Amino acid sequence: MALKLDSKIPAGELAQKWSNHKAAIKVVSPANKRKLDIIIVGTGLGGASAAASLGELGYNVKVFCIQDSPRRAHSIAAQGGINAAKNYQNDNDSVYRLFYDTIKGGDYRAREANVYRLAEVSNLIIDQCVAQGVPFAREYGGLLANRSFGGAQVSRTFYARGQTGQQLLLGAYAALNKEIAAGSVKSYPRHEMLDIVIEDGEARGIIARNLVTGEIERHGAHAVVIATGGYGNVFFLSTNAMASNGSAAFQCYRKGAGFANPCFTQIHPTCIPVHGDQQSKLTLMSESLRNDGRIWVPKNIEDVKAIRSGAKKPSDIAEEDRDYYLERRYPAFGNLVPRDVASRAAKERCDAGYGVNETGLAVFLDFKTAIERLGKDVIKQRYGNLFDMYEEITDVNPYEQPMQIFPAVHYTMGGIWVDYNLMTTIPGLYAIGEANFSDHGANRLGASALMQGLADGYFVLPYTIGDYLSHKIQAPKVDTKTAAFDEAEKSVKERIAKLFAINGKQSVDDIHKKLGHIMWENVGMARTKESLEKAIAEIQALRKEFWKDVKVVGTADSFNVELEKALRLADFLELGELMARDALNREESCGGHFRSEHQTEEGEAKRDDENFVYAAVWEYKGMDEAPELNKEPLNLEFVHPAQRNYKD
Amino acid sequence: MKFTLKIWRQKDAKAKGGFQTYTVDNISPDTSFLEMLDILNNDLVHKGEEPVAFDHDCREGICGMCSLHIDGRAHGPGTAATTCQIYMRKFEDGATITIEPWRSAAFPVIKDLVVNRSAYDQILQAGGFVSVRTNSVPDGNAIPIPKADADESMDAAACVGCGACAATCKNGSAMLFVAARVSSLAKLPQGRVEGARRAKAMVAKMDELGFGNCTNTGACQAECPKAISIAHIARLNREFLAAKFED
Repeated sequence: MALKLDSKIPAGELAQKWSNHKAAIKVVSPANKRKLDIIIVGTGLGGASAAASLGELGYNVKVFCIQDSPRRAHSIAAQGGINAAKNYQNDNDSVYRLFYDTIKGGDYRAREANVYRLAEVSNLIIDQCVAQGVPFAREYGGLLANRSFGGAQVSRTFYARGQTGQQLLLGAYAALNKEIAAGSVKSYPRHEMLDIVIEDGEARGIIARNLVTGEIERHGAHAVVIATGGYGNVFFLSTNAMASNGSAAFQCYRKGAGFANPCFTQIHPTCIPVHGDQQSKLTLMSESLRNDGRIWVPKNIEDVKAIRSGAKKPSDIAEEDRDYYLERRYPAFGNLVPRDVASRAAKERCDAGYGVNETGLAVFLDFKTAIERLGKDVIKQRYGNLFDMYEEITDVNPYEQPMQIFPAVHYTMGGIWVDYNLMTTIPGLYAIGEANFSDHGANRLGASALMQGLADGYFVLPYTIGDYLSHKIQAPKVDTKTAAFDEAEKSVKERIAKLFAINGKQSVDDIHKKLGHIMWENVGMARTKESLEKAIAEIQALRKEFWKDVKVVGTADSFNVELEKALRLADFLELGELMARDALNREESCGGHFRSEHQTEEGEAKRDDENFVYAAVWEYKGMDEAPELNKEPLNLEFVHPAQRNYKD
Repeated sequence: MKFTLKIWRQKDAKAKGGFQTYTVDNISPDTSFLEMLDILNNDLVHKGEEPVAFDHDCREGICGMCSLHIDGRAHGPGTAATTCQIYMRKFEDGATITIEPWRSAAFPVIKDLVVNRSAYDQILQAGGFVSVRTNSVPDGNAIPIPKADADESMDAAACVGCGACAATCKNGSAMLFVAARVSSLAKLPQGRVEGARRAKAMVAKMDELGFGNCTNTGACQAECPKAISIAHIARLNREFLAAKFED
């Protein structure tokens, strides 16, 4: 059975769509809101802002997170900033320009209507956060400051030092606390959703595991919202937090929700290079550093060798012997090209043998010019915490020697398919923030993840969810003693028992590292038909290995991190294959998805707008069955796809 | 590098805990402290033993999830760094390292090195917010805020809520944590409106939850991974006193 993909994009002019839609959708009266229950899974920017806003509206909200407090969600780690079309810098920014940059940055693979709405509500987000007491950076006149980010020629990024995600999340978390105190929201920290419960084709609730006691709990609601972020940890090494996972989204997919564009993965160009095989986590250096840092490798291979051997320091290389390759290749945007472009350019230089560390997988990010121009104090004020962190990790002082950086997995643009209301293909089940697929196309611009999470949670979902819930005002409280809940709980318990019963020889991390290796080598920055077919076969084999040979110690009815990791890895082992299949299907290069077979003579991504202007929406058919492909045509009406030009 | 680890093991909240000794070998100096524990845990799993439970998540020093008393110091030997930002080059090869959970009655142990810090959430729920509704706010530039005030607010707002301040305080006081939030909002016009109510409510909740009093030893400031100054405690005291006088 094919999925029914009705995007519900309102008719009319782009700028009027959201207004028209809001006027057309139904609302729920205060008296009825009190009778309706909503479950929100995840407390990052999307989940926390949605929970706070929905609680404030009068719904009964239950909010779940796997960490010990909602404040720890991985949104907190976002460094650089949040975009908005305020035009406070008078540089001719506008809602349209933000919309256009985002569509173009996403390589024309996102929905126009969603992206326009995102740009439209971006300004409200800044107002909201300021009112909550978010200490954004300010100018001496007391007004809000901005910086520039990749993929834009205007300064529209608002920031709070290098801790913008933290400050925005603390704002949303404070709003959430206000509602928890008021009793409209109940918080369930250290709880993990392990299944979604569907009854009569609609979402009815979740099965969650209390991570402290191991107890399996049933929670019913009239609507369920997935706000659990992305699945970048399928690569084992990524900039995602250690516990970030794709399992909640995967349960939805397994129960029938479409999963869109799973292969669209963002590889962030400025991360600290991998140092050995014992590493658990990669660290991001904010994109904001590209405002003042210049990326280069030596022009001469002799210099590369001298640096690797320690015979020369990077600062010994004369200006004319440096290849500022982004400035050379993309004069108009220079070091501020979008992430996918910058990552591929780094890979190109390293593949050519110019990588500057012993592994050959690093390039320089140099502040020499900026320090000469602005002075060390200004640079310290702008990036001090990032420089300190870099020195702490690498033992190198970036004020004296350039940073070494290399691309790493950072964000997933793909996710659960949603319509314009952010509802999945399962009625009553919503997905917001990074967990959905809708706004970033094939590549997300910097400072747009925070924007999307908060747009969805504060300004979109609180309206659109009412349209569905208006049909539920007569519905009683969800009964969690039904056959659907029995069955979901039973399957969760069986899955856990099965994991313990294997009692094999490999730890969860052993197998996760193998998966990460397969993914990075074959489904990473450059993909080919051969590499993807190889990845699919290898992942299938590894999945069998996992279910035969994994060792999960401890018990089910206690605090057990190994069990948590095993459950998540089991899903990653299916998700990785899905990503490879999607990448194999998409016979074009676009954004973060680069098929080596499809490139221009200059090595740029070559889209196929004849055949691939669609969202690839996959439908689950079973663990060892090929999923079915459904297509949502993107019907670009207002922008005309062109080859992305960051050169002039 | 090679290390001997004395680690606090405790089955659950009710069990009696104790130290167990482990050794780890072939550790690179560039390995982070938590990666070193990952390596130990992977070895334990291979031996069929339960790994050491510890809290961690972002590994970038910002989520506030990681904790640990390492050789008696909250977040270990670094200054202004969380445990996840400590690298093994900070230790001498062959050293014996003692690893304990947060030492605070207000943060009971859940398992091994994992503690329950929900008391901090409860303090913030008592008043650590500005009561504005979604979408009912003025333009972001409607109220200019002096840069110095915004910067000072940000200094306080850098708190990651890790619990090191209370865990390291000989009185078990959460004053630095409370002060960071109160002070951050007090420096902004948006936060001033409810300033008096906030200071009273948060202090009352802190007392109710069993945190101790502040005697200005400054230990919290010394161990705070974000180097938050006890000057914010002075501001909290002023806010609190002014609020009480208004009563």
